[in-house]
Amino acid sequence: MTALAPTGAPRERVRTRIWHEESEPGNAFATRSALCHGYDVYGDMLGQARWVDMLFLLLRGEAPSAGQARLLETLAVALCNAGPRDAAVHAAMCAGVGGSTAAAALIAALSVGAGKAGGAREVWAAMQQFVDCGRSPAAWERALAAPAVERAGIWPQTEHPPGFDPHAALTSGIVERTLQVLAPLSVGLCLPWLLQSRAQLEAATGRGLAMTGVAAAALLDLGFTPDQGEMLHLLLRLPGAAAHALEQKEQGHKSFPFFALDLQDDPGIAA
Amino acid sequence: MNGPDVLVDSADRMRTRVGQAFVGTRAVFRGQDLHAELRHLDWMALYVLGITGRHHTEAQLKLLHALWVCTSYPDARIWNNRTAALAGSARSTPGLGIAAALAMSEATIYGGHPYVSSIDFLIRAQPHGGEALHAFVEAELAKGRIYGYGRPIASVDERLPWALGIAADLQLDGGPHLRIALEVERLLVQRSPKLRMNYAALMSALCADLGFSTTEMHHFQVPVFLAGMSPCFIEAAERAPGTVFPMSCAHIAYEGPAARRWPTSQP
Repeated sequence: MTALAPTGAPRERVRTRIWHEESEPGNAFATRSALCHGYDVYGDMLGQARWVDMLFLLLRGEAPSAGQARLLETLAVALCNAGPRDAAVHAAMCAGVGGSTAAAALIAALSVGAGKAGGAREVWAAMQQFVDCGRSPAAWERALAAPAVERAGIWPQTEHPPGFDPHAALTSGIVERTLQVLAPLSVGLCLPWLLQSRAQLEAATGRGLAMTGVAAAALLDLGFTPDQGEMLHLLLRLPGAAAHALEQKEQGHKSFPFFALDLQDDPGIAA
Repeated sequence: MNGPDVLVDSADRMRTRVGQAFVGTRAVFRGQDLHAELRHLDWMALYVLGITGRHHTEAQLKLLHALWVCTSYPDARIWNNRTAALAGSARSTPGLGIAAALAMSEATIYGGHPYVSSIDFLIRAQPHGGEALHAFVEAELAKGRIYGYGRPIASVDERLPWALGIAADLQLDGGPHLRIALEVERLLVQRSPKLRMNYAALMSALCADLGFSTTEMHHFQVPVFLAGMSPCFIEAAERAPGTVFPMSCAHIAYEGPAARRWPTSQP
C-alpha cells in the first residue's frame, strides 16, 4: 500500500528508453501491451520477428537490416557451444554432476566465461583494441607488441594479446572457418579486414587468431559497443553450457573426470 | 611457450600447494592437516590463512572480524542486498540469491573495485612523505579519481570512527599505510570537502598494515557485505511473493521512440 502516492502516481520511477508498458484497466501491475523501442512486441513483432531481431533491437534500439540479422544469427550459431573442453562449459558440467540448480549451472558458465582468457572480457578488450587501432597494421603491431599498462582493478592484468589464442601458434580450423563464413556476410569493415590481415597479425603476435577475436570483429561490424559485445558474448555462449550441464546431470558424477593432484606440501598422516 | 605444450604438461594432473581432500581419511589445508592441526581455528583465521598462507594474531583477527561487522547493513534498498531480497521474494534459493548479491558487490562505485584500487594506491603511496606525497597524489589525480575518498550517497562515512576505535583498542592503528591514508585525506579535503576518507580506504589501509597484498585484499573483501544479505533474503521470503518493491506500469518512465510499426520486410 506504500508504492503509490495518494494521487495514484508512484513516488519513484525507472527511466528507460527501451520499454513501455500499458496496464490493464483496473490493475496497474498487469500488462496489456508492451513497446520495445516503440515496436509493439506482443501485437506486431510476435510471430514476425526472430530472436536475433529482438536481441539487436534491445541493444541497438533499431530493427536490424536483413544483413545485420543474418550476420548476428550466424555469429550466434558459431558461439552457441564451445564444447565440453571449454572452461565455462566445464564449470556448468560441474554444476550438473553435483545436482546443483539450473541457475547455478548458468551462473558457473557466466562466471568462468566472463574472463580475460577466452571469455567475454577478452572480447571487450579485443573490441577496444579495434576501436583504438582501427585497421592500421602498424597500430595493431605496436599494440600487440607492447600492451598498455592497466591500473589496478578487479580484472587481472592482460597476459596475452586479446583476440588471440594464448596457447596456439596457429589459427584453429573452426576459427578460420568462422571468419571465412562471417566476413562475406559483414555489413562493416572489421571482419573483411581481419580476414585479409590475419596472417600478418599472427606473425606479429606469434599466436593464432582466437574465436574471441572473430567475435569482436563481428560485434563491431554489427555496431555494438565493447560493453554491448561483452554482454552478448556472455549470453550467446549459454545454450551449450546448459545442454552439457543437463547431459552430465543425467550421467552422474561417477562417469565425470575427477582428475589428480600432486600435493607439494603434504604433512602426511597425523600421528 | 606460445604453443600447446603448457596445456599438454598440465593435462589430467595439477601440482598444488594449497591442499587436498584425501576423501575417507584426511584433508590438507595449506600444508597443515585440517582436522589434526587446524580444527580449532575460528573461521576468519582459516579464511585469511587460505588467502594469504599466513597465520594471524588474535588481535589481527579481531580487527578483521570488526571490519566486516561494521559494514554489514541489512538494508534491502542497497543494490546487492536488494538482489538477495528480490531472490527471496521470487522464491529462488538462498544460494542463488546470495551468489548474485556477492557477485554484484564486485562493483565500481562500491565494494570490489574501490577496495582493490584503494589498497593498490596506498601500497604505492606509502613510501612517499611530505612534498613527495603531495606530488604523488597530484600525479594520481591526473590519471583519474583516487578510490577510497568521497562516497556516492553521503560524504560522511559513519563506519570510520567505530572501526578506527577498534583498531586503536587493539593497538593496530599505528601502521604506515593508515598514516598515509589519513595524510592523503588531508590533501584531498583541501581540494574538495566531499573527498573525505571512506570505508574502502580505511579497510585497505588497516589490511595493508597487516601485510595484505592487493590480490589478498581482493579476496578478503569478497564476503564483506555477506552478513547483511541473508536477513534481507529471509525477510523477503517470509512476505507474500513479489512484494519487494513491486513496480506498476506507472513506475516506468518511458523515454524512447513513439509507437511505430515493425518492418515486415527489412532492406
